[in-house]
Amino acid sequence: MIKGKAIKFGNNIDTDQIIGAHHLSLATIQAMAPFTFEHHAHFITHFTRGDILVGEENFGCGSSREQAPAVLKERGVAAIVACGFARIFFRNAINLGLRLIVCAEAAEIMELDMLEIDNDCLRNLTTGRDHEIEPLPPFVREILDCGGIIPYLQGKN
Amino acid sequence: MNVIEKILASHTEEAAIHPGMIVKVGLDYVMANDATACLAIDIFKNELLADRVYDPGKVILCMDHYTPSSSIAAADSHNKMRAFAGEQRLRYVYDGQGVCHQLMMEHHVRPGQLIIGADSHTCTYGALGALATGMGSTDVAVAWKEGRIWMKVPEAVRITVTGTWPAYVQAKDLILKIIGDLTAKGATYKALCFDGPAVRALGISERMTLSNMAIEAGAKFAYIQPDDRTEAFLQGAGRSEYPVVVDDEDAEYERSLEYDISNLAPQIAYPHSVDNVGDITAFAGLALDELFLGACTNGRYEDLAVAAAILKGKKIAGGVRFLVTPASNAVYLRALASGLIATFIECGAMIGTPGCSACFGGTGGILGKGERLLTTANRNFKGRVGSPDSEIYLASPAVVAASAISGCITDPRRILQ
Repeated sequence: MIKGKAIKFGNNIDTDQIIGAHHLSLATIQAMAPFTFEHHAHFITHFTRGDILVGEENFGCGSSREQAPAVLKERGVAAIVACGFARIFFRNAINLGLRLIVCAEAAEIMELDMLEIDNDCLRNLTTGRDHEIEPLPPFVREILDCGGIIPYLQGKN
Repeated sequence: MNVIEKILASHTEEAAIHPGMIVKVGLDYVMANDATACLAIDIFKNELLADRVYDPGKVILCMDHYTPSSSIAAADSHNKMRAFAGEQRLRYVYDGQGVCHQLMMEHHVRPGQLIIGADSHTCTYGALGALATGMGSTDVAVAWKEGRIWMKVPEAVRITVTGTWPAYVQAKDLILKIIGDLTAKGATYKALCFDGPAVRALGISERMTLSNMAIEAGAKFAYIQPDDRTEAFLQGAGRSEYPVVVDDEDAEYERSLEYDISNLAPQIAYPHSVDNVGDITAFAGLALDELFLGACTNGRYEDLAVAAAILKGKKIAGGVRFLVTPASNAVYLRALASGLIATFIECGAMIGTPGCSACFGGTGGILGKGERLLTTANRNFKGRVGSPDSEIYLASPAVVAASAISGCITDPRRILQ
């Protein structure tokens, strides 16, 4: 079970906003992590380890930079809930073992709402509402359950 | 099967495949650049504990996003790539010779190939009838080791374009119009197949502008069926051997869209999302600080030629900066030889080193607070080219050239009047 407060974003959150181009040449993800969402004041003010990011449509669009989900994981994002994810970001996040939740009603969640995610249910403890989660394809779920594509491949060999 | 499924199937052990199926595919090339390769090198060595890449002739590295090295961190990452290329004896390493996608198209891509790249605009190679898509550094590291990767077979969407191209209306205007209609998520996980007489009328350069921006609607692949123009391009590049793959008679497409470009106006994508698109008439007169002609979207010889024809003998407006960056050294040499570069310099432009330049925000052309850029690049995300308080507008080479003269967004069709 995952429990944390929501840090809320809108539509089309692109990977340039998650980690800017001029930071990508830094040597490690740890060195880039302090610049995560550096121009989003609410993230900087409210986010603490274990929180849940909530977006609306097309979260993670744009560049293929894996540094985007990697810095989110490094900062301790417990899960990302959105109405939908961009393709490359979705794949990169699953590869890193970062939990993604597709939820058609994600837009109803507000900044700082307390959320609880348990199997196929997303519960908003602040509003008392339950939201349905779209199940991940079994193959993707298997990668996520292994903790990412590398542990998954190591398990196969 | 449709042509997308047939090309994918030819890279698997499956006889027939269908959309939604997850397949393991063999890869013809795996490309990475200096924004993504170093992370892949770390994963390859430290997590996959891999020794050798699957084929040193198929793993291609390109330094283009931070070239010439724009910081100590960039210089260190370039050296890390050079060391890896040496250890692995990679056959193709492009060290500051242009944008990765332009170089892949000039030197490597053939119809029917399946290619991944650690760069979202890898879908550009569909202009030559290859299937190519962007992935992250972990997928690329896995592909370096195994030469294979998993893919979900996409649904295909056919976009048929008819009509006659109006003067000063270009492929860029068409693809912006399409993205505006589809929205930034409208083609997520789909293959976008461009066809019809108005696409056939385009050269490879403008076809690349279409395929390049398919990702801006979320697409996995772009595809343009090879024809005589493709054959002529490949003959010129010394790559005449490739399979001819076409739709089966029972080929299925998820949906078909139709566009007639006869009455299309030049288009503008306004901040901060590529699907914010409108006719240029709504933006005419908007004052600019910087203009950029270049990128894998529109940095080719044909793009420079359209702009130079508008700018010849003119001067850019006072108070604006105009940066022109050829997409590759080959483009640069040709533009030097034919006098295009002289035209740009004489009108007041700066010439950048071939590479991603002011598209990516990794090298020159960074915007300050409150500044406004008009660019031929493919993204107008908030803060992509510098300050989060700057604004980026996307347009065609003709619009950028006409606007450089006036210093504000200007409809190039006014030149005809």
